[in-house]
Amino acid sequence: MIDFPILTLMTFLPLLGVLFLLSIRGSEETVRNNSLWTALYTSLFTFGISVYMSLHFDSSSSDFQFVEKYEWFPSLGISYKLGVDGISLFFVLLSTFLVPVCILASWKSIKKRTKEYMIAFLILETFMIGMFTALDAVLFYVFFEAVLIPMFLIIGIWGGKRRVYSAYKFFLFTLTGSVLMLVAILTLYMQVGTTDIPTLMENPVSGDLQMWLWLAVFASFAVKMPMWPVHTWLPDAHVEAPTAGSVILAGVLLKMGGYGFLRFSLPMFPEASLYFADFVFFLSVVAIIYTSLIALVQTDMKKLIAYSSVAHMGFVTLGIFTATIQGVEGGIFQMLSHGLISAALFLCVGVVYDRLHTREIAKYGGIVNNMPKYATIFMFLMMASVGLPGTSGFVGEFLSLLGLYQISTVYTVFAGLGVILGAAYMLLLYKKVVFGAGKNSDALKMKDIDSREYAIFIPFVLLILWLGISPSYVLSRIEPSANKLIELYQNGISDVVIEEATSNIKEFGKLPEPEVKGND
Amino acid sequence: MEYIAVFAPLFAFLIAGLFGKQIGDRGAELITCSFVIAAAISSVFLFYNVILSDLENHSVMIVPVADWIVSGGFKASWTLRIDELSVVMMCVINIVSACVHVYSTGYMSHDKSRARFMAYLSLFTFAMLMLVTSDNLLQLFFGWEGVGVASYLLIGFWHHKDSANSAAIKAFVVNRIGDLGLILGIMTIFVIFGTISYDGIFSQAADKMHDSFNFFGYEIHAITLACILLFIGAMGKSAQLGLHTWLPDAMEGPTPVSALIHAATMVTAGVFLVARFSPLFEFAPEALIFVCVVGAATAFIAATIGMTQFDIKRVIAYSTMSQLGYMFFALGVSAYGAAMFHLVTHAFFKALLFLGAGSVIHAMSNEQDMRNMGGLWKKIPVTYGLMWIGGLALAGIPPLAGFYSKDIVLEAAYADYSWFGDFAFWAGIAAAFMTAFYTWRLMIMTFHGKCRAVKEVQNHIHESPRVMIYPLVILAIGAIVSGYALSSYFVGSTSYEVVEVDENGNEYIDIRNKENFWGDAIYVKEENDTIEKAHHVDMWVKILPLIMGITGIAFAYLFYMYLIRVPEIFARRFRPIYSLFYNKWFFDNIYEYIFVRNVFSFGKVFWKTGDERIINGFGPDGLAYMTNIFAKIYSKLQTGYIFHYAFVMMIGLVILVSWFFFGFSAD
Repeated sequence: MIDFPILTLMTFLPLLGVLFLLSIRGSEETVRNNSLWTALYTSLFTFGISVYMSLHFDSSSSDFQFVEKYEWFPSLGISYKLGVDGISLFFVLLSTFLVPVCILASWKSIKKRTKEYMIAFLILETFMIGMFTALDAVLFYVFFEAVLIPMFLIIGIWGGKRRVYSAYKFFLFTLTGSVLMLVAILTLYMQVGTTDIPTLMENPVSGDLQMWLWLAVFASFAVKMPMWPVHTWLPDAHVEAPTAGSVILAGVLLKMGGYGFLRFSLPMFPEASLYFADFVFFLSVVAIIYTSLIALVQTDMKKLIAYSSVAHMGFVTLGIFTATIQGVEGGIFQMLSHGLISAALFLCVGVVYDRLHTREIAKYGGIVNNMPKYATIFMFLMMASVGLPGTSGFVGEFLSLLGLYQISTVYTVFAGLGVILGAAYMLLLYKKVVFGAGKNSDALKMKDIDSREYAIFIPFVLLILWLGISPSYVLSRIEPSANKLIELYQNGISDVVIEEATSNIKEFGKLPEPEVKGND
Repeated sequence: MEYIAVFAPLFAFLIAGLFGKQIGDRGAELITCSFVIAAAISSVFLFYNVILSDLENHSVMIVPVADWIVSGGFKASWTLRIDELSVVMMCVINIVSACVHVYSTGYMSHDKSRARFMAYLSLFTFAMLMLVTSDNLLQLFFGWEGVGVASYLLIGFWHHKDSANSAAIKAFVVNRIGDLGLILGIMTIFVIFGTISYDGIFSQAADKMHDSFNFFGYEIHAITLACILLFIGAMGKSAQLGLHTWLPDAMEGPTPVSALIHAATMVTAGVFLVARFSPLFEFAPEALIFVCVVGAATAFIAATIGMTQFDIKRVIAYSTMSQLGYMFFALGVSAYGAAMFHLVTHAFFKALLFLGAGSVIHAMSNEQDMRNMGGLWKKIPVTYGLMWIGGLALAGIPPLAGFYSKDIVLEAAYADYSWFGDFAFWAGIAAAFMTAFYTWRLMIMTFHGKCRAVKEVQNHIHESPRVMIYPLVILAIGAIVSGYALSSYFVGSTSYEVVEVDENGNEYIDIRNKENFWGDAIYVKEENDTIEKAHHVDMWVKILPLIMGITGIAFAYLFYMYLIRVPEIFARRFRPIYSLFYNKWFFDNIYEYIFVRNVFSFGKVFWKTGDERIINGFGPDGLAYMTNIFAKIYSKLQTGYIFHYAFVMMIGLVILVSWFFFGFSAD
């Protein structure tokens, strides 16, 4: 174990970088250069710390590790408490990995207000790490909401033409959910008397209240996820965000919803999670098919990948709410893998966008001849996104479906249709962009990727392959925590099951009926 | 040894794929060819080790390599399983692949990206080897998808051609439909058996034969469900009726690809899958009937289409589909050995035919339409001779390979003595006639008569280089001897009669079981042993396929050599039937009409109406709009004129006063 507060250090190191950045003065060129390098070094150093932490992570334990606790509002029982377990460990790593990548990806494309841009990113990093390590509901909420601010600014200031509309839409959607979550956290505090997450997990509130609280946090996480039908902010936000913004959005921000389900919904509201599982499955399957079909007819590259993200996140919610070990591990793995694959796909779009300044699919075509290396990498990422065995995409998708299949065959088959459609839209995109004769002569003159871009993509390719061929390093570390989660969940519902045997589960029928009831 | 046989192609792919620029086209060709040849030699050694060295007691090798996915009770590992079934497949794959590799160096000599082509071929070979040597269903799925990707890459190899790209996508997506079946099958098996490793599944098969499984709310016999789902996967990959539409289009790829992937190896993966799962299928008689009927229908329908096509490669492609149908109905009547036998012989003669056709196309400057060929036999005599061998083997003329395997397949179908066995038998007999007919139609249209090509092409016709001919010779040898040499092993009678003398001195006949070549790799219930029964069918059953083959050739000879106008008259007379055949039974059109169009229009509707109108309209945009309107209305109230405010105050006062007076009096 490590005996210094590594999590706090990791969380606030980027802020130290921000202080540095603020003190940079000089001509425009020096400010730009210095801020780029400062941000890169800071984020790389943070990444290093997170790797160091993961090496000291005890893979056999299901408890929270590296726990730090300081009183914050002692009179209210709210504390500053951080810790990681197998579930959050890899999300932290994903965040710290993606930030330096983002900074490298913005090296040339961000021309105005570079310093401020870097500040936004570093602050964002602090908030993201904080969110994944927070073990106090209030602290979690603070970070969870704070993430929106730098993201809002990144889209709103450095975004495309309709950036303001998208930024507001993003904010409006996500904030609506958050208000409800705040109410839920307050209610929990009133009921249990603490906001300590591990304590809350072990003391679920009574049945009826669970339903309401579950719905309240669900509203917040479902928007972040995003689940159908509250997904429409995502395509707009992606389209207008700068490349690096899209990377973080797809790579980390979308994972906040799934992480929330794992930390809050399942362990704290097990009965409600069981009760609403069919409802979640229904929404997820609709999301998978609906957004896949939409992705088929997109004309904008980023929009297509954004819609495909919604479909992929559908598998996550499917897996998580099965509360089977394969489903939960699959859901987590799918999030990690999607974080890498879709982030890399957005980087791919960024590469050609930097050269041609359009995301219109029809403007490209035939670029395999002038950009063979790019075509190869894009091909690999496309196959990973389609879920080819041997890449990480397959492991997550398969395990989620395997978990789901044990619960419901119907939903599995429909979710499986999404896999077919997924292949169709990705292959069509690739065909239109990379293959073909090529009509646009500007597209045919684009240069192949340079060494900086190479350096960005190679880690992605290696990680995706590694996770696809030998996922056991990750899975074995997730497993103890996932098992514990399921145990908590089952303890929570065992009362219900007993109750069901004697009385009837319909007692909860006061609540609005879920839209669909599974027939098995 | 087993590592070389499986992983050499992988390294060939990595070297040629990653360092193609550095080592050049020539280097890539050398490396891939030599690595795959090494793999071929090692697999022959393995074949010897596993089977021939010790006929009594086969040694099954299981080589664990690493863990793959472990989650709770689910465990999938990377393991090589070298047993009778996989070693036969490995030999076929590596030998045909080596031939195709060498052949490609000649065929693709004018292409710009030869290194890439060779790398893809090696990738395919590796994926196929992973498929057949897997010890669990998930690794099989890895290979299954891997060959799918390699096939996608190779069909779309000429990526400037729009038709090639579309065909590649079609192949991938249609296969994905089958793959969904396969993955559901894998999950069903995991739920039933709690494991996906072969030994684990097969050892429990008999115990679980009465289990049922709740699927879509119906209680279904568990093993039957699992088998049918697996078979749906097989239908996709092996182009069986319904999921076959990708195979003819796949001919857009370079011809060596068609020979390797779409004739000899990948498309037979489905047959391999069912044979591998014989211990399960044996407990699912309904699933076997389904396999049998689909196979028989495919054999028949594909043959009818094959008779009417003009593209030389498409004729062979439909022929492949038809022959795969034969293999499947053999599986359906539990004649797994016969199906595997036909798979092996077919791999040789069909690869030979395809590569021969490639040689023709090469000579004709990439012309594929048989209507523009003719009279080539004098100009390319070696190819002509080799095509003869392939054609005779396909038509089932003794002593070539196809004769042995097709015979046993048909006899086994007959010997099942069931309605579906009879259906398969007669469909197969009809298809045998058509097979011979379209094969000779192809031969005559291509090699005989007058040359119908343009002058420039004619001047250019040349025999292929030696590097293309040698692989053909090897395949031709396979097509000649493999049937005779392997029949006693693969489909030999498993019992023999011995005259014994009991203690009283009376002689009696005892029936003893011979050691089965397939060992434990294929399991057949005793009462289902159609191969055994096939050896005792009536004489007419044994001769009929041969008669059909000869008549088919005779008819084709007559129609296309002497009565040249007859086919046209037939086509006109039986217009509806002819157009049904010529348009491939309208499968493509129906699918296009029902699925493809609707999928896109649904996408548009969901996008424009669902997302933009309804969700955004009532959601954020609507909210913003309403806020705007309210604000405007509200701001209108604040006009700033004193008399407006005074007027409103007056109204308010009047209401208040009247309520004060009348409101109370109501009590």
